[in-house]
Amino acid sequence: MEVQDKLAILADAAKYDASCASSGTEKRDSRDGKGLGSTSNGICHAYTPDGRCVSLLKILLTNWCVYDCLYCINRKSSDVRRARFAIDEVVQLTLSFYRRNVIEGLFLSSGIIRTPDYTMEQVIEVARRLREVEHFKGYIHLKTIPDASPELVERAGRYADRLSINVELPSAQSLKALAPEKNADGIERTMSRIHLRLQATKDAKREAMAVRALPGAAARAAKPPSFAPAGQSTQLIVGADASDDIAVLKLSSRLYTGQGLRRVYYSAYSPIPHASTQLPPQAAPLMREHRLYQADWLMRFYGFGADEIVTEAGFLSLHHDPKLAWALAHPASFPLDVDRAPREALLRVPGLGVGSVDKLLAARQSRRLRRADLLALGPAVKRALPFLVAVDHRPRAADVQLLARPAHQPQQVALF
Amino acid sequence: MALPLRHPADWPGFAAQLPALLAGDADWTRDVGAQAALFGAPAESTAQAWTPPDGWDDLGRRVAMHADDARYARLLAFARRLQREPLLWADVLDPDRRRLQSLARQVDREIHKMHAFVRFREVADEHAAGGRRHVAWFEPMHHILRAVAPFFVRRFAQHPWAILTPLGCLHWDGQRLTGAGPAQREDAPPEDAGEALWLTYYRSIFNPARLKVAMMKKEMPVRYWAQMPETRLISELVRDAPRREGRMRDL
Repeated sequence: MEVQDKLAILADAAKYDASCASSGTEKRDSRDGKGLGSTSNGICHAYTPDGRCVSLLKILLTNWCVYDCLYCINRKSSDVRRARFAIDEVVQLTLSFYRRNVIEGLFLSSGIIRTPDYTMEQVIEVARRLREVEHFKGYIHLKTIPDASPELVERAGRYADRLSINVELPSAQSLKALAPEKNADGIERTMSRIHLRLQATKDAKREAMAVRALPGAAARAAKPPSFAPAGQSTQLIVGADASDDIAVLKLSSRLYTGQGLRRVYYSAYSPIPHASTQLPPQAAPLMREHRLYQADWLMRFYGFGADEIVTEAGFLSLHHDPKLAWALAHPASFPLDVDRAPREALLRVPGLGVGSVDKLLAARQSRRLRRADLLALGPAVKRALPFLVAVDHRPRAADVQLLARPAHQPQQVALF
Repeated sequence: MALPLRHPADWPGFAAQLPALLAGDADWTRDVGAQAALFGAPAESTAQAWTPPDGWDDLGRRVAMHADDARYARLLAFARRLQREPLLWADVLDPDRRRLQSLARQVDREIHKMHAFVRFREVADEHAAGGRRHVAWFEPMHHILRAVAPFFVRRFAQHPWAILTPLGCLHWDGQRLTGAGPAQREDAPPEDAGEALWLTYYRSIFNPARLKVAMMKKEMPVRYWAQMPETRLISELVRDAPRREGRMRDL
């Protein structure tokens, strides 16, 4: 099979992984006399008509798989076309795409062939060749096979910027029912092993940074070898089982705080050919996925807790974004005085982002704020006006009621 | 008085003249190339020296790259206000300040998009190390060529490349970066052998079940499309999406 055909099959098979982040890793570049590439704060080199960015060459090493996870297009019993890349084919594709300036690096994942350890070794070998033979300085994200041995995870972290293990489903029972070869305990065990390893590297780095005064020794200790400097992330499918949004967000919150994850990605379930009767016949609304991302964002940057952000029975509102839904459910918290309200309170106002809030806080040091100042922040701030009081602005109760009406179906839903 | 600027985005050159400009009452009339001139002569510096606030230099450097012909006039006018109103710099919502910030943001965004959307093609070149060069064509909207160069040098330090634009060119031979005058689209190389693989990838990674064309256009505005080979697939991908989505469901 030609590389062209393999690429078509193995990119198609990889597109269900939502992650394309290429930021937050250590600084590297190719000015040291050999190799190719550098790291960045994340660059999206192209956008496809699904609105997603192309940042990494996102492919599977193979879509052959011995597992039979019911929700997965590549499961053993599926009749998709199969292909397998040779290790060097992936290396050359990465380098050639990188020189064209269409990617920041590689995101490599794989179906399980033979054993988890064998598969993991193949995946690591691609990364090793890129780093040690080609001196590739770009970004590498490796999908970790949960049952791979700890030594292999250790080696993967040496070459990769980011490691990820998919938790797949929001509950252990669902995973047992839909992915019989996987188990939630094993997944979390590997995750916390990576977490501990990341922490140990961080501590070692801090220690090495400390200036010391030892006779005959350098002022600083040697820098410890890096281990997945962009941390770990995970992905889970929503809508393939009965778990509600509270369950999903509580899980995310636990993973962010307990396992130190950088990102949790959500993927709305969509039916696959010859689906099991255990799976829902309908795709989960993409809006649900979108709302989960919004809620996730609010938990990480706006001080919202997983237990307060879902204001309807178990699920986020599909009509209103989670921040507006929260504000509508807490009328006593508003309106806020823009000249006096604390930062945490202003962050909860619909239509005000972190940037806008910080601008308001800076500007009110020098003078009182007016309605025109609010409007100057941008078009989104119109939605904030019903929740704010300024020296020349006082909202009417009717303004909030107007927002509460689901005015139009969101555009995303209308497309389907 | 002759304009001291050496090129259209010469912020240090402008900043060096700023004290003299502030001391007089001359206006900045034009700022394109070496012909730009001041209106009238600057007075001897009698007023007390102006110490610009932290952040002024950064803002000015970015605004100076903008294509807006009035950029230096705006900077001069705002510097005059800053001199008169000591609290002005803290007022980030002042309309003149917002206008400058917005110009600076447009420049930042164009730099970011140029880092992202430049597309290199391989060209055989017997004089180049390795026998080949990577050459790209790009049409930046602002005067950002100098500002994007360090990114590409860090990233592609070991092989020769060139970026051709209608505002000037960058050439890297693996050792040294040199600038050159404007190029034309015809100077850019045609499709090379490896491009088909990239097009295959672009076609295959697209998920036809999640069409969001407006989102794509927002992040990848149509004005860049002519410089990016993959964009010629877009109309076909959008047209075939419903059929491909159906096939995904009932394969």
